[in-house]
Amino acid sequence: MSQEVKTFTISVYTENNIGLLNRISAIFQRRHINIESLTTSQSEIKDVNRFVIVVKITEEQAIKVVGQIEKQVEAIRAYYHTNDETIFTESCMFKIKSDLLFEEPQIQNIIKDSDSRIVTVNREFFVLEKSGRRFEIEELREKLEVYGIMQFVRSGRIAVTKDEMKVSELLEEFKNQ
Amino acid sequence: MNTETIKKEVNKAVKTERISGSEAIIRCLIAEGVDILYGYPGGAIMPVYDELFKYRDKIHHVLTRHEQGAAHAAQGYARISGRVGVAMATSGPGATNLITGIADAQIDSTPIVCITGQVPSHLLGTDAFQETDIVGISTPVTKWNVQVTKASEIPEAIAKAFYIAKSGRPGPVLIDITKDAQFEEFDFKYEKCTGVRSYKPIPKTDINQVKAAAALINNAKKPLIVWGQGVILGKAEEELKAVVEKSGVPAAWTILGASAIPTSHPLNVGMVGMHGNYAPNKLTNECDVLIAIGMRFDDRVTGSLDTYAKQAKIIHFDIDPAEINKNVKVHIAVLGDSKDSLAMLLSELKENSHKAWHQEFKDLYEIEYNAVIKNDLLPEKEGLTMGEVLKEINIYSNGDAAIVSDVGQHQMIACRYAKFNQSKSNITSGGLGTMGFALPAAIGAKMAEPHREVVAIIGDGGYQMNIQELGTIFQQKAAVKIVVLNNEFLGMVRQWQQLFFDKRYASTEMTNPDFVTIAKGYSINGKRVTKREELADAVKEMMASKSSYFLEVCVEKEDNVFPMIPSGASVSDIRLS
Repeated sequence: MSQEVKTFTISVYTENNIGLLNRISAIFQRRHINIESLTTSQSEIKDVNRFVIVVKITEEQAIKVVGQIEKQVEAIRAYYHTNDETIFTESCMFKIKSDLLFEEPQIQNIIKDSDSRIVTVNREFFVLEKSGRRFEIEELREKLEVYGIMQFVRSGRIAVTKDEMKVSELLEEFKNQ
Repeated sequence: MNTETIKKEVNKAVKTERISGSEAIIRCLIAEGVDILYGYPGGAIMPVYDELFKYRDKIHHVLTRHEQGAAHAAQGYARISGRVGVAMATSGPGATNLITGIADAQIDSTPIVCITGQVPSHLLGTDAFQETDIVGISTPVTKWNVQVTKASEIPEAIAKAFYIAKSGRPGPVLIDITKDAQFEEFDFKYEKCTGVRSYKPIPKTDINQVKAAAALINNAKKPLIVWGQGVILGKAEEELKAVVEKSGVPAAWTILGASAIPTSHPLNVGMVGMHGNYAPNKLTNECDVLIAIGMRFDDRVTGSLDTYAKQAKIIHFDIDPAEINKNVKVHIAVLGDSKDSLAMLLSELKENSHKAWHQEFKDLYEIEYNAVIKNDLLPEKEGLTMGEVLKEINIYSNGDAAIVSDVGQHQMIACRYAKFNQSKSNITSGGLGTMGFALPAAIGAKMAEPHREVVAIIGDGGYQMNIQELGTIFQQKAAVKIVVLNNEFLGMVRQWQQLFFDKRYASTEMTNPDFVTIAKGYSINGKRVTKREELADAVKEMMASKSSYFLEVCVEKEDNVFPMIPSGASVSDIRLS
């Protein structure tokens, strides 16, 4: 098995439970694995949550971590995928002085070219939102940095997998046991 | 209202009853078959203790002298009986004092349920008196935990707790219940838990994997079985014995697997691991097929993984999929409950005896006997050895006693030399190595199975880590036999200092009190033995005693436990001296 450190997206389907985030993050912490990003949300199944966790580890580590996650009582199923096996995106927001919109006409071009969206504008500042790959976000940040950014924030990765994750079937199976 | 609807209304009223959360806790415990619980009262758990008082004829609360003692007693109860042990404590320090026992139960897969009181919910997060985030603290060392803030949530939480603790690979569970939930009244109804949607305790056994395993075993020239506690937890002792007898495969055990097959069984080739027997350790690196059953390839079993059984095809039977390939890469994994998977294996196996292969074990046993065992059991030197104490205990126990050992040299000696005729007889802290485990665990074991002889074997160090539990023995009249093997050292650490730190005995020497007088203070009869000629009579007197008994044996100060696989070395490099 490959000992190469790669970016893996770990998807975890869980019951909605207060303590579970702690349990899951402790699995990484114990093994000294840095969580690059972690996002939790409702999944496609009612009352089932989905964690999307991005880590840089070897495949062997990924298998073990997924095993430990699935061992948690309230974890329904966990999967790991490489970048190629997922479709993923991040989103970010910039808060920028409104004056710049008028003083630096170049900014308007940057916004247009970057496929970003103005969320709000007022006299003091405007807020720009963009979603896309990390490098696209970084590119935009670098371009805007020249003019001054009041605030910048980027979300964790969200990802769907190309393959099916048969969690609904699994839940049916559990029910029939 | 017609008579039918009146009847329905009455039935409804009978099914639910309006009671307090704390009464519900006791009623739930009784419904789960709990007869004994171990604990310590305090502010945030007082409403529950008040109910315990009312139900004291139905459920026996044992006041330990420290919450750690309560957790270990619950472990001892569970380990000897296979039933779920229960410990209870108040919030804050009461709860944190349980943690060592919970961590021990987690790593040794022991089913216990811990109930802790918590400050009233409106005070949560305010740094209230005796408030601690015990759910946060216990998360990494519990199989499952939950905080309950409403009385109506109590029955489901407790039902789930018992179900999770004992099903699949067992483990500790903690329920934290706020004081307001204990006081609150609600309509009580109890239903046992039979499943949790996201939780699959027993993976299905794949018959193809069993067949592949059987084919490997049937064709093996030098197969070796290493079984662990999974056999005991799965109640698969008979199945294992049948597999071993039919296949003729030599079978060795991990420390927690001890007693699943009697020590005297001719195919039982002894203990693996750091201080295990010479033959099974050496031959781990000679076998062609290694069959691991309900064990987890702990580092104290494998030594260096780079040189562990590299020549062998490895088959791993386990209930926990996360154990497969965790430490050792295996060729065939058989998931499932050991009772089922071993029964399936049995029918696929061919009869064999492996005589020549067994002879290799016997030859190596001879070497170990002459180099180590003889000197341990029949010493010619003046000082007493720990081994000869075990030998004497074996004579009077006939192998029927449960041996509860602590952690250190005496533990290794106890596990190496104790005779066991029946399963669940070796109760010791394996994975966590918790000094202070044995005395309270022995109390729990004795109270769970009062008809059984329970002998605690403890070092002078570990004894003093929970010596306060003598008070529990005194109050409960628990007829535990306590043997302290006193070498006035933290012996195992001293041994390492001698072997690996040029004899720099940093903080391992102990100036000990008069242990017999201390025992007498608790009305526990006792004796101190310093000479060989006194030993047999003292052990006989202890074993004959109907009540608890304390025996201190002053053993050689600087004896070492051998064989030994130095930490990080290969099992092949096991040392005899």
